[in-house]
Amino acid sequence: MNLILTIAWTHVRHRARQTLVAIAGVMTGVGFSIMMAAMMEGSQDDFIRTLVDALPHISITDELREPTRQPADIAYAAAEFHGLTPDVRRPGIKNPMATIASLQTWVPGALTPSVQSKAVLRFAGRNLTTSIIGIDPRTEADVSNLATHMKQGTLNSLYRASNAILLGDRLANKIGARVNSNITLASAEGASMNATVVGTFHTGFRMTDETTGYVLLKTAQVLERQTGIVNEIRVRTRDPMAARLISERIGEQTGYKSISWQEAQEDLLSAITLRNVLMYTIVGAILLVASFGTYNIISTITHEKTRDIAILKSLGFSERTIRTVFIVEALLVGFVGAVLGWVFGYLLTRGLASLEFKTPFSDNNHLPVLYSVNHYLLATGVALLSSLVAGYFPARSAARLHPVDIIRGAT
Amino acid sequence: MSAALIEARGVTKILGGIVPVTLVQDINLAIMPREFIAITGPSGSGKSSLLYLLGLLDLPTSGEVLIDGQSTAAMTEEERARVRLTRLGFVFQFHFLLPEFSITENVALPMRALGRLSPRAITARAEELLDSFGLGAHRQKTPDQLSGGQRQRVAVARALANDPPVILADEPTGSLDSVSTAQVFGILRDLVALRGKTVVAVTHDLNLASQMHRRIHVVDGRLANDETAAASA
Repeated sequence: MNLILTIAWTHVRHRARQTLVAIAGVMTGVGFSIMMAAMMEGSQDDFIRTLVDALPHISITDELREPTRQPADIAYAAAEFHGLTPDVRRPGIKNPMATIASLQTWVPGALTPSVQSKAVLRFAGRNLTTSIIGIDPRTEADVSNLATHMKQGTLNSLYRASNAILLGDRLANKIGARVNSNITLASAEGASMNATVVGTFHTGFRMTDETTGYVLLKTAQVLERQTGIVNEIRVRTRDPMAARLISERIGEQTGYKSISWQEAQEDLLSAITLRNVLMYTIVGAILLVASFGTYNIISTITHEKTRDIAILKSLGFSERTIRTVFIVEALLVGFVGAVLGWVFGYLLTRGLASLEFKTPFSDNNHLPVLYSVNHYLLATGVALLSSLVAGYFPARSAARLHPVDIIRGAT
Repeated sequence: MSAALIEARGVTKILGGIVPVTLVQDINLAIMPREFIAITGPSGSGKSSLLYLLGLLDLPTSGEVLIDGQSTAAMTEEERARVRLTRLGFVFQFHFLLPEFSITENVALPMRALGRLSPRAITARAEELLDSFGLGAHRQKTPDQLSGGQRQRVAVARALANDPPVILADEPTGSLDSVSTAQVFGILRDLVALRGKTVVAVTHDLNLASQMHRRIHVVDGRLANDETAAASA
């Protein structure tokens, strides 16, 4: 074995109790860091996955980013208006099928037209405001996971009856409706129709399951009282993380408001970023506290070993070699602690994943955790770095000891 | 060009502080090959300080120490350590062996630090040195399992590990009984007579000093007398 490693190993081995306490400190720090990272990133990933699955990656609506400018506003550099209302604009996306065809030439993913509508759902004397989404069952499966979320019926069940509707399972339960129940829909535009429940779905996203119903495009168009209207084009990109850039380009091309899922959920994503900063601060603090144990053991060894340091220097060991011996001792403590911390962290994560919890965002009964090699590497890196720092200062003091002072003191 | 192994030129060592203390003052001397030298003097006269300066364990406040004719004044700490490792061997009043290591490992330490020999050759040489000092039966023992005289013999073996031409000994028999003193002194004398080494030993034992080739007497940090006794060899 290398000489430095031999001396370092001998030092820590002969102080088994103190060394074990220091190793236990690092192990606990690394273990809890891994568990926390697994829990935080697991819940974050689960949350984002649910969001990405439940929502279109990009939603192009018939709204405009900027209100329509008045003619005088266009003609003159400075103009002020009083008592004017913007022009009444016919709702809906102009030439939706041509727009979709144009976007399909370059957007990496699938597109489908839809109609967003609000209606009051009446059944058995109960009234509930509901989001009604008109869809095309032939292309819907390409842009959402609705088909896989069906509990009863299929998307094609919408063709089974005139004015057929698919309800979120929580919504259906709330009003007591079942498949084949006849309900009434009344839109804000004053349209009213009877509809038949042909299926139920469960996305796991509570808000959606409690307030949403899917109908055919033409049914939603009747509710909106505008034949052929399409007021939303939904896009599912192949890479969900690329949605923001694609959305910006679509907005520039079409002039319509195009919102990516990241933009729609900006507040939540900011909160997640803040949460990550907090998490890594706490993880860093845990490992910093663990490094105090390492500092303690290395400091103790250097105090106990002043005579050995003097003799090694008199034998011809350089300051650098002496310093390296004690730094290696600190790294040994850090490394062994980190390796044990991997096992401890894994077991903690497994234990945490087996606990049952209810979250408000999904039906998952267990805490979602993420097993990632990066968590282990990061915790190990921080543990070794803090051990290095903890070992460096006592090591530097040890290396600077003047052998003559110690030899004189000993004699 | 000087043939001296170690040479002190106007070496002075003053300890700083509110009241500066002069440990060694304007020492000039040359240590030649195969000399057996005693540094004597009253307690606090600067004997050990002079030895540490000659052995590069301490730096002079003024003057310079030359090893093999080379000035060490401008050497870095790393370079001085290298000189100690290759050209000098130290023996102290207390054995200063590393307690966790076997005596073979203790003797092997300087050789491992130098890194010139293979691990097998290092062990063989360490065992050979221990055997030559009558410690062959104790190779795997740790220092606390040996007597004071045996430990000091291990310390001498360790000082010889890298085969340095000069052994510097600070009161090597100061903590030993009369039997062990005779054994260790005999070993030091043999190093000169049989192995051609130069031994410089600080001692307050005038009887031992009288048996050595040369006696350097230090009083108040100054060289009071430098006497060569040709007949005593």
